[in-house]
Amino acid sequence: MVDIALNTAMSVADIKAKAVKRGGAGDARFKAISFAAAALIVILFGGMMAAIAGGALVSIQSSGWSFLTSQAWNPVTDKFGALASIYGTLITSFLAMGLAVPVGIGIAIFLTEICPLPLRRPIGIAIELLAGIPSIVYGIWGLFTFAPYFQEHVQPWIVDACADIPILQDILAGPPYGIGIFTASFILAIMIIPFISAVTRDVFDTVPGQLKESAYALGCTTSEVVWNVVLPFSRTGVVGGAMLALGRALGETMAVTFVIGNSHRIHGSVFSPGTTISATIANEFTESVGDVYHSALIEEGLILFFISFVVLACAQIMLRILHKRAGGVSA
Amino acid sequence: MITINKRIYNGRMRSNAVFLVLSTLAAVFGLIWLALILSSLFYNGFSGLSLKIFTEMTPPPGQDGGLANAIFGSVVMSLIAVAAGTPIGLLAGTYLAEYGRYSKVSDVVRFINDILLSAPSILIGLFVYVVVVATTHTFSGWAGAAALTVIVIPVVVRTTENMLLLVPNGLREAAAALGAPRSKIITLVTWRAARAGIVTGILLAVARISGETAPLLLTVLSNQFWSTHLGGPIASLPVMIYNFAMSPYEDWHKLAWAGALLITIAVLSLSIVARLLESSKKQ
Repeated sequence: MVDIALNTAMSVADIKAKAVKRGGAGDARFKAISFAAAALIVILFGGMMAAIAGGALVSIQSSGWSFLTSQAWNPVTDKFGALASIYGTLITSFLAMGLAVPVGIGIAIFLTEICPLPLRRPIGIAIELLAGIPSIVYGIWGLFTFAPYFQEHVQPWIVDACADIPILQDILAGPPYGIGIFTASFILAIMIIPFISAVTRDVFDTVPGQLKESAYALGCTTSEVVWNVVLPFSRTGVVGGAMLALGRALGETMAVTFVIGNSHRIHGSVFSPGTTISATIANEFTESVGDVYHSALIEEGLILFFISFVVLACAQIMLRILHKRAGGVSA
Repeated sequence: MITINKRIYNGRMRSNAVFLVLSTLAAVFGLIWLALILSSLFYNGFSGLSLKIFTEMTPPPGQDGGLANAIFGSVVMSLIAVAAGTPIGLLAGTYLAEYGRYSKVSDVVRFINDILLSAPSILIGLFVYVVVVATTHTFSGWAGAAALTVIVIPVVVRTTENMLLLVPNGLREAAAALGAPRSKIITLVTWRAARAGIVTGILLAVARISGETAPLLLTVLSNQFWSTHLGGPIASLPVMIYNFAMSPYEDWHKLAWAGALLITIAVLSLSIVARLLESSKKQ
């Protein structure tokens, strides 16, 4: 009796072990494959950095640090400096952010606090859909519709109006080309508005309802609830979302290339043509002749890589902090 | 009896009203520009739209023509990119959600994936240029498809992980209690439960790459003629729009508008389908 029982028990354990082993082989393989896929993402990122840095090597050796401080851009003598592009990239992005952040946050506040309930979903969806429209559409709209109108009807008027005001007469001056840094920034701003409002609205939605309701119950007005409850709670997320948008604006190519004017010179006026890193690459890359020229364009890409990496990394860290906190509160 | 300090009360009401008006104005301002862009896109795009767009090749300046070769090139490269990027993204997302949900390695992968997700696409173009175009010494459709694949992967990873995290743990535990090994649990239970969400992610990835211009500009160039040879430059819609819009010819501008309208319609309908799938899942 005892023997038989023991035997059965053993054989069951045996079969079990075999089955586990059988499943285990496929299991291990599946785990290894999916791990490899995850590792590939890290490899892609590292490869991207290495490839761009490798492509920039010739230019780094030929120009050294002066690449960062020089405005020269002369393919004939192989003298290159990225200062004008870096300046253009930063100025267009910050001007765009200056317009898009208040408007984007305003839209998010409108959607979460003011908008009548039945309209919230449709408007929210419309904004999310608009955030997905390819940037080239904004680019050709800027080139064919906005720039000509701006050149004829708005720009001369602004230049005249500011002609006698100190400081402004330098910033808002110059012949009305229509295209230029200001136009590029404006198109960029319109492009990132839906993006900022979509992210900010999601972030506002993480604010627990009880917090807002208790503030309203104490007699707070809508503006007081937003300033004293919603924004303090979601501050890191809003900043993270804005930095995500900044990362987009810094690297945006097509919306800018059409309307920036491609001039490798820094002008004081925002109405004058300029260039950005991505616009320079898009315009000149396939036409560049010679190793140094080519490599100089890739080195511009390397600079963009570092700028946007820092911005995007900060954005991710801030969004993570917010989600951790939001998770902690609701749990 | 409660006394209300009228001065403070009125001040609060006033600042509230100002605040409400300002936010509403922001919303109106933002939406007006977006409406202007869409309306001028539809106005200019529809006037250039005809059956010829789909049947004829891109013309030399001054002649009639369509965008057939560009549409074909875009579709082929997007399909290759999705076919190559989806399995990789799906598996990587599965690792993050199933095997390494709490591990440090996954945190790093997640972080890098989120950065890749919003990395400037022109950098991906440069990357593929250095790795593929410079080593093969030719601009090619394959290189373009590779660049688009690099864009597809992070999108699919992000949505796959998010969707798998929504699958209730009870399902996994039930399958495990029946003796199913981990790989069977994933492929037969959690993937199925998250199927609609994963498909949504793939659709969003297609929407994302269908308008990408910069990476294609650096890796495929363009082609005025019908070409199915992926080893050489082929036409694509976004690059065609870019070239035509930058040209001085009126009829090329018209084609550029029509192409932009096509892309926008494609992207909008993909996102709407994705959204419908997502909401049908929730109910």
